[in-house]
Amino acid sequence: MTPDIAQIWIYLSASPLLGLTITLLAYQGAFWIYQRTGNNPLANPVLIAVLALVLFLTLTGTSYETYFAGAQFVHFLLGPATVALAIPLYTQFKRVRSMLLPVIAGLFAGSLTAIISAVMVARLLGASISTQLSLAPKSVTTPIAMGIAERIGGIPSLTAVLVIVTGILGAVGARYVFDAIKVRDPAIRGFAIGIASHGIGTARAFQVNEQSGAFAALAMGMNAVVTAICLPILLPLLR
Amino acid sequence: MLSALTQLLIYQLAGEVIARGLALPVPGPVLGMLFLFVALMLRGGPERELQTTSQNLLQHLSLLFVPAGTGIMVHLHRVADEWLPLVLSLLISTLATLVVTALVMKLCQRTPAATGEAQ
Repeated sequence: MTPDIAQIWIYLSASPLLGLTITLLAYQGAFWIYQRTGNNPLANPVLIAVLALVLFLTLTGTSYETYFAGAQFVHFLLGPATVALAIPLYTQFKRVRSMLLPVIAGLFAGSLTAIISAVMVARLLGASISTQLSLAPKSVTTPIAMGIAERIGGIPSLTAVLVIVTGILGAVGARYVFDAIKVRDPAIRGFAIGIASHGIGTARAFQVNEQSGAFAALAMGMNAVVTAICLPILLPLLR
Repeated sequence: MLSALTQLLIYQLAGEVIARGLALPVPGPVLGMLFLFVALMLRGGPERELQTTSQNLLQHLSLLFVPAGTGIMVHLHRVADEWLPLVLSLLISTLATLVVTALVMKLCQRTPAATGEAQ
């Protein structure tokens, strides 16, 4: 007797096993491609994995909620991973301390640029208010950006997506931008990518250089705090 | 690995409890990172187990963003309706943020006070 494929599918599609497994598979496949291209930023593993998963879920008619029931186990690790960033930060602390002024100046300049430019460009091009507000915290790491969006009247789940896209854009483009403006210091490159592109930029920075990664982690943490405090204050000016 | 992972979770938990308890605008995990950083300063560095576990976790940091990114499928309609402002806003803003942050830092580093260890 041949097993009934439909029955197997009914079981799988209701269990978290599938969502978790395809997330890991898609990422490993994407990472393999990334490595095969010699860590080319254009072959960003998050981008490739997300495209593959969206395609798979759409073709099989699986809802995002069903998928997330399994994928949440991976999503959950964002918390402990954020805590773990303390270790590279500790290792690089000497360099951080020697660059206190550039770090503070870069933090505020970058954080304000990220918020204001995102909202202004969207407004000029006629985006709806809820889209503008969802865009405002887009350079902050996902869980915090979602919290901010909720508080200021954006759509948290849309913000999550915009945050990821921002992260991918920074991870893909940063190298070319820094080369064009002749910024070579790995600390500055790392810090700027962490401000603009949070954890995805940080992940990319770690793959390039440990010092860049530590500065990106620092920038990501500081930007989350500054944006969480500044954005509600800045909001009346942006409306 | 188990004790290192437990340690990370404890710091995150402490961060969440304090951030929520005191209604701080700082996210729990970021506060947890700060606590662990202070602890590392006090104990003079991470033990080997914590070091390797964190390295393993951070090596595939980008994997952890895949589930949230896949959420784009829920918003395909809005993205289709407003794709031009969304795409241009993200592109221009990300580019501007990278350039402004990097140039401001480079400028500040050139001031005599801060040239210390710059290569």
